Amino acid sequence: MSAKHVVTTFVLAGAMSTALATLAAAGPLTKAEADAAIAAKKEKCFGVALKGQNDCAAGPGTTCQGTSTTDFQGNAWKFVQGGTCASIELPGGKKGSLKPV
Amino acid sequence: MPPEQDLSFAATFAPALLDPARGVPAAVTGPNGKAGGKRYDVYRNNVTVSLIDAVAAIYPAVQRITGPDFFRAMARFHVRQTPPTSPLLFDYGRDFPAFIEAYEHAQTMPWLADVARIERAWLDAYHARDAAPLAPAQLSAVAPDRLADLVLAPHPAAHIVRSRFSAVTIFAANRDTAPFEHIDASTPEDALITRAEFDVTVRHLPPGGAVFATGLMSGQPLGEAAVSALEASPGFDIASNIAGLIEAGAFSSIASGDPR
Repeated sequence: MSAKHVVTTFVLAGAMSTALATLAAAGPLTKAEADAAIAAKKEKCFGVALKGQNDCAAGPGTTCQGTSTTDFQGNAWKFVQGGTCASIELPGGKKGSLKPV
Repeated sequence: MPPEQDLSFAATFAPALLDPARGVPAAVTGPNGKAGGKRYDVYRNNVTVSLIDAVAAIYPAVQRITGPDFFRAMARFHVRQTPPTSPLLFDYGRDFPAFIEAYEHAQTMPWLADVARIERAWLDAYHARDAAPLAPAQLSAVAPDRLADLVLAPHPAAHIVRSRFSAVTIFAANRDTAPFEHIDASTPEDALITRAEFDVTVRHLPPGGAVFATGLMSGQPLGEAAVSALEASPGFDIASNIAGLIEAGAFSSIASGDPR
């Protein structure tokens, strides 16, 4: 263990009992409570960023769409169109480009 | 047809499926000896489209970010470079995040590969073996002087993805269909992906949380993992992180009270 940070048995036992008390107190949220928590942005730490949506990408299975789409040939798309990427920015002006790179 | 002949037919039929530079295999002919090029192209198209569709189904947020045209072009390059090695399609596309990271036209989106890593972890959590998460009562039974040596077994569905960018926020906004205004990509965010019961959940870890969780999930005793987390992030709060990980279902059982 490092000299800078020592986690004593006392500290650990205190943390564990606090954690267990938190868990015992936190009953399942109702839908309204969960929505309110999200609205208040209380979900920042250990908040559920995304739950469920198992229909979104449960994984590909068999597909019969092959013959209806032509996608064997095709070129590189150098720019992003119709995506959300232009709304995602890095400071310094770097963001997803809508123009050829 | 004996099996060895089957294989030799596949060996001549398959290589050109994902390679447009190769011609139609000599064994492929149309009726009355005519050229079979158009017929072979149906196979080429079906193989390519089905693999691109598989990648699109695994990485829907990445596709929403880039738009379908860019996504399908990027996925096509990946599919040709990395054909499947397993018949299990849900296992395909594992190398796609690394491909995105190196893809020349995706360099303006340095956070995109991490968003893909969260999506991959999401699918792995979805297909992971079911297991009951560790119950708080099991922890309350551990004697205080043994807590530092406590080793926990990770839940089969639990994954950590660390990012230098706001990958969790970008992921969550793009797994949704609702429009969003603006995301600053520059805040580092770590994700905890779990499936305690039926639904996969993605959580945003607090500072030090990823170091703590990664340590515990790889078998580090509780005391050591807490020290590592404090070294990485002095504001690390042991109690809320223990509570958060237990509530998320990151562990399945107590592996050992004293590993040595």
